[in-house]
Amino acid sequence: MSSFLEVSHVRANIEQYHILHDISFHVPKGEVTVLLGRNGAGKTTTLRSIMGLTPVIAGEITFKGEKIRNQKPHLIANRGIGYVPEDQGIFHDLTVGENMRVAMKKENEETKERMDWILDLFPDLKKFWNKPGGQLSGGQKQMLAISRAYVNDNELLLIDEPSKGLAPIVVEKVMDSIHQMKERTTILLVEQNFMMASGIGDRFYIIDDGQTVQQGQMNELKQDGVLLQKYLGIS
Amino acid sequence: MDVLFSLAINGLATGMLIFLLAAGLTLIFGLMDVLNFAHGGLFIWGAYTGVWTYQMTGSFLGGIVTAIGVGLLLGLVTERFIVRPVYGSHVQQILITLGFMLVLQECIKVVFGPDQKIVSPPSYLEGSFIIGEIVFINYRLFIIAVGFLIYFAFYYLFKKTRVGLIVRAGVMNKEMIQSLGVNIKLVFLLVFMVGAALAALSGMLHAAYSGVIYAEMGLEFSILAFIVVVIGGMGNFKGSLLAAILVGLTQAFMAYYVPALSLATNMLLMAIVLVFRPQGLFALR
Repeated sequence: MSSFLEVSHVRANIEQYHILHDISFHVPKGEVTVLLGRNGAGKTTTLRSIMGLTPVIAGEITFKGEKIRNQKPHLIANRGIGYVPEDQGIFHDLTVGENMRVAMKKENEETKERMDWILDLFPDLKKFWNKPGGQLSGGQKQMLAISRAYVNDNELLLIDEPSKGLAPIVVEKVMDSIHQMKERTTILLVEQNFMMASGIGDRFYIIDDGQTVQQGQMNELKQDGVLLQKYLGIS
Repeated sequence: MDVLFSLAINGLATGMLIFLLAAGLTLIFGLMDVLNFAHGGLFIWGAYTGVWTYQMTGSFLGGIVTAIGVGLLLGLVTERFIVRPVYGSHVQQILITLGFMLVLQECIKVVFGPDQKIVSPPSYLEGSFIIGEIVFINYRLFIIAVGFLIYFAFYYLFKKTRVGLIVRAGVMNKEMIQSLGVNIKLVFLLVFMVGAALAALSGMLHAAYSGVIYAEMGLEFSILAFIVVVIGGMGNFKGSLLAAILVGLTQAFMAYYVPALSLATNMLLMAIVLVFRPQGLFALR
């Protein structure tokens, strides 16, 4: 499989703090790649750096063979990268429908098909179509955020901690939806919930203290108790 | 009763003029977090260039079009060269935009002369008519109509079009709207230009309403607009309309019944709002 997104030796600061020291990984097309690591390891900053929201001071990022490092976020998004931030980024005063509309770059048959597919996947969004985004539950907000990133023909979705702060039953539903999206797009997932991530991930990278320290196939990681204990605190 | 109606119409007309000025101000603050004290300068440039065209050509509509055009152009210049370098710093914004306001004001004197200019509405908007015992002055009704027209046009734009949704979304979360593929800087610039055009339009309409224009009126009038933005809630378009009407009506009634307090009333109104509801009367949160 061809490499779709390449991140090579990326370094990034937030104000005076060195957050990313040396991040390298690649995301093959059609797969779900998972970034794992403890809180504060640099996973979110990695996604933000790819999106152009946090400046990269060294290293390179390429998408479909073209350099995108430090490009403007809207240009990166328009290359076909959808982003679901950790806080979901819902426009609180806009209704669910308006949140979707503002994300839709064009309204054609293809978008309509994707929208229908989304509404089948998340019937709650249809039900609360005219409700302000700020009044949705945590799970519904997450569904809306994922749908918004998916409604355009984005070839890559960056999803940051979709299970964060959600009840287990809701987490299951959100992860199930990501599992279904896996058939239709490439996903780079940041997730702390290893049990969930291991169910949908094909490949993993572990980030620790701003560096990628381990990588491999998700099936291998599931068997590697030492690695799980060392970097993720799972015994 | 007829006095009450007359005062209400006066108040509404003044309120609409303030609204046009405040609308741009609140949009610019809401979306861009920019305190633009140069807004009053755009108001006087709209007034002077519009009146100049009106008096040279005899076309009031031509004057309005000129004012809007000059507003758009000055908005472009102000955003690009004055405001853009100081995004994120309110102190710097206040200093540089206040300075630019003074530059715009003094340039008016250089270009058009320091003297006041007398303006009257076009003949087709002059005069009045009476229904019952109430006198309706045509030009005031015209201003009220323009104010509501602009409000509903923007209401439609914000509620029904994707461009409007983008602006509203940009007010709420700039990073996210960029991550959805929107060039927020371009949106900022366009909003700034539209806000400036509204200020210039307000200046032109005000010129024929007050009958006289002078370079310092921009600063005086923009203080009212800032009061309205604070009362209505920073960044709240609907709040600006309601607050502008409130300020206009209060000013009209106080000027008639308690003229000694008339000037202080708006300041008092703002102070009371800031004490009891600092986010503004019509803010959602």
